[in-house]
Amino acid sequence: MKKEFREGMRDGIPIGLGYLAVSFSLGVAARSAGLTAFQGFMASLLNNASAGEYAGFTVIAANASYLEMVLMTLIANARYLLMSCALSQKFAPDASLGHRLLVGYDVTDEIFGITIARPGVLNPCYTYGAILVAAPCWACGTAMGVTAGNLLPLRVVSALSVALFGMFLAVIIPPSRKNRIVALFVLVSFLASFAAANLPYLSRLSGGTRTIILTVLISAAAAALFPVKDEKEADD
Amino acid sequence: MTHDIYIYIGIMAAVTYAIRVLPLTLIRKQIKNRFLRSFLYYVPYVTLAVMTFPAILEATQSPLAGAAALIIGIIAAWCGAGLFPVSVICCVTVFVLELFLCR
Repeated sequence: MKKEFREGMRDGIPIGLGYLAVSFSLGVAARSAGLTAFQGFMASLLNNASAGEYAGFTVIAANASYLEMVLMTLIANARYLLMSCALSQKFAPDASLGHRLLVGYDVTDEIFGITIARPGVLNPCYTYGAILVAAPCWACGTAMGVTAGNLLPLRVVSALSVALFGMFLAVIIPPSRKNRIVALFVLVSFLASFAAANLPYLSRLSGGTRTIILTVLISAAAAALFPVKDEKEADD
Repeated sequence: MTHDIYIYIGIMAAVTYAIRVLPLTLIRKQIKNRFLRSFLYYVPYVTLAVMTFPAILEATQSPLAGAAALIIGIIAAWCGAGLFPVSVICCVTVFVLELFLCR
């Protein structure tokens, strides 16, 4: 138990560093939407969502209706629904409600990525370790962004902003090396995502919406063409 | 009509938490349907790949530095580097390249 918790904290460090950089720029957006540092801190502590919070801040800035906030949050965060569905399969069937409620607090791209990458059944302690390091970084970075605006030099922000992508690569590349079909669909995803960002009509959708559409289409195609055979294979 | 920022934040938090926690609490059994299981198996790889590219090119000041970070990150991960090393390698790549590319 303790070992898993420590490993979680260790893997939470790069996530926390990346979070600091990203949430800092999120704080700048929060500030221009009229949030105080404390409000930015609370929004990040309670939401743990980059695109979702950013979308929410635009709703606040526009003084739009509460209903609009509900819809915007649903769309911007819909990918977490998919991730949680995938994560539900990683839990031991008899895992307690408490663990499910706590892990659900911080299903982000990064925490999800490292949790799903662990072999075998999900160990909540590992995820808690990572959350304990990463979530405060996310909340504090946002508050700092609200307060300090452009404190960090642009060069440093630019370099830190790829930390998250580096982590994504570390999650998707090793399985691609082992499994050619995963590799194929990682490549397909890169190409489709690039095309969608540049094609007319599609490029007008928000990044979050494109992510949802492409994830559903490509994963469904992969599942239809190359169904996973059994549990064992799914874990490899 | 002006809206309360704390109510906005509360709505965001409630919707976001519901999205995350409902699947985790309602889906208790292993899904038997083979298509659905395969779909969920591919989702994480596809979604992370979609979010990485081309976004990494826009995250940096110079798209070239982002592209270099992508390629070097892939090579490092392919060679077995873990989460933290790959992240650091990508950051250093961008930092060093932008010393030359952006003045």
